[in-house]
Amino acid sequence: MSQHQRTVRVGLIAVLALLVTACGGTTRGSDDSPTANQATGQANPDAALVEGLDVAFLPKQVNNPYFTVADGGGKTATEEFKGKYKEVGPSEASASSQVSYINTLSQQQTDVIVTSANDPNAICGALNSARQAGAKVVTFDSDTKPECRDVFVNQVTAEGIAENQVKLISEQIGGEGKIAVLSATPNATNQNAWIELMRGELKKPEYAKIELVTVAYGNDEDQKSFQETQGLLRSYPDLKGIVSPTTVGVAAAARYLSGSEYKGKVALTGLGTPNQMREFVKDGTVKSFALWSPADLGYLAAYAGAALASGQITGASGEKFKAGKLGEYTIGADGIVVLGPPTVFDQGNIDKFDF
Amino acid sequence: MARDVVRSTLARWDTVLLVVLAAVVVVAGVLVEGFASGRNFQFLLLDVVAIALIALPLTLIVITGEIDLSVASTLGLCSAVMGQLWVAGLSLELVVVLVVGLGAVLGAVNAVFVTRFALPSLAVTIGTLAAYRGLAFVVLGDQAVADFPFSWTTAASSTVGGGSVPWAAVVTLVLAVVFGVVLHATPFGRSLYAMGNNAEAATFSGIRVARAKFWLFVVSGAVSGLAGVYWTLRFASARADNAAGLELAVVAAVLLGGVSIFGGRGTLLGVLAGVLLLGAVRNALQLADVAADTLNVVTGGLLIASVVVPNVVGMARTRWRRRQRTA
Repeated sequence: MSQHQRTVRVGLIAVLALLVTACGGTTRGSDDSPTANQATGQANPDAALVEGLDVAFLPKQVNNPYFTVADGGGKTATEEFKGKYKEVGPSEASASSQVSYINTLSQQQTDVIVTSANDPNAICGALNSARQAGAKVVTFDSDTKPECRDVFVNQVTAEGIAENQVKLISEQIGGEGKIAVLSATPNATNQNAWIELMRGELKKPEYAKIELVTVAYGNDEDQKSFQETQGLLRSYPDLKGIVSPTTVGVAAAARYLSGSEYKGKVALTGLGTPNQMREFVKDGTVKSFALWSPADLGYLAAYAGAALASGQITGASGEKFKAGKLGEYTIGADGIVVLGPPTVFDQGNIDKFDF
Repeated sequence: MARDVVRSTLARWDTVLLVVLAAVVVVAGVLVEGFASGRNFQFLLLDVVAIALIALPLTLIVITGEIDLSVASTLGLCSAVMGQLWVAGLSLELVVVLVVGLGAVLGAVNAVFVTRFALPSLAVTIGTLAAYRGLAFVVLGDQAVADFPFSWTTAASSTVGGGSVPWAAVVTLVLAVVFGVVLHATPFGRSLYAMGNNAEAATFSGIRVARAKFWLFVVSGAVSGLAGVYWTLRFASARADNAAGLELAVVAAVLLGGVSIFGGRGTLLGVLAGVLLLGAVRNALQLADVAADTLNVVTGGLLIASVVVPNVVGMARTRWRRRQRTA
């Protein structure tokens, strides 16, 4: 064995040895044990909202149009209760990129952190450190593990989406005929849950004449969704309607329909944003579709944070708080607040929204 | 003579960096609220540990005139495999050993292409950068494995005696000393500089260039695997996209640390100073509420400065010397 070979091998062994000893040594500390989500203090529903609260919005990613609108709603709310608003966050939405921002906010003694988690686990430790340092943590849009935040503001329940989508398509096809679903990826957890619930919803007597013939997958790619729509209409010439509960899918399907002979004959609904669907609603391709309002979501999350920081609520189930123009909300199981049923957009109201 | 010039410039770059680092720490400590606290130093160190770890073997590789851009993808693949092995029910001790071993194997794949097939390491490791990341998604998809034991995940961010120095930073420092001794105090280490300056001459003087490079890539892979273990436990999340893009931060730190991208120059102390400097600047700017995009611009600017400044200084000095000699 040559000299340098030996040196490198010794180095390798040293690395492994250190690794083993490091693991033995590090198990001693356990500085940030998880804080229980249960109410630690007493809630005082009559407490006034504290003025001058530092409220920080930490989206999955800055400069993402969806979060720009959602955080904008948070800003409106924060101004209403006379707090100090700011938005910080990573430029890319990776699992761990939010951690250093949470640490920074904790260091800055921020009163309320409102965040949408890129990963339900990766930011848990950092959030709990921040809570130990005195911050109240509200998640919105995407939750962390429940023990890492005080309240989760959910845009809508899965049941709410399924109910809404089935109702919309039924209205559009006159309660009768074959329909198909254009989903995102075959393993998208959200989508699959919604589709399962939609199947259950379709078993109700009022939808007895509607048949869900197939589920196609556009992988949340514009081109693929476009082609899948084309494929659906070719495979099922008597198809009456398509439900696409994904913003990419519904826009691509609308574009295909609007340029084809099926325009106005095959119904389309789904979850989309007013800006991407406006032209298709106006040209008659799409009658109505739905989505929650991201601005309201951020607005509600900011109020939930202020209510926590002011001692009105602690995050326990059954507590109530007022969220400005949105009215009163009650916290459900696991500290979850639901914004409400999705907003339905049609020719009558679409011009009132810009996101 | 030329070598003396190079050496003295180098020594200066080390010193310059340490002075700049000290200045940044002092200025940020005074100006930026929340910077000068034990907790913040803990956060800062935890954030730079993975970069520092991977930078150690990379420093040696770049000194020989090669590069390894697959380090972050190796980290990601090791993280993904760690998740799957843990789900499969293996003991975590065994998983860690296997994962570091896997890192070494991935490094060996790079090594074979670079040394046996004599392909440029830049091309090879750009290839494996994509391939290993792709494999990571094959292994774990877009899922995350998170149910690691609490004692292990807290261990990844636990500190010495509950103070502000994380154990992970201590381990990194010990490894840095090992790498520093190998690089600066052994014939093997000196042979790396020879390879970087002139591989052909090094070969003729009896240095086994290919063999040395082979083991450097293996070690780089193993340390990336180790960084993968740290990353997974620190964020309690094994994911295929873990540390995506981190290779740029590591290369930036190594170059800022004064290692010549053309090989033959650099010190480990400089690289550690570079890692800390980048970390401290990011941390301070973040505390000062500077937006993420601006932060990236600053980091990129520092990187360019680190390549330009030593070259300009070197050129200026050579010119000055020549003028003196002719005068």
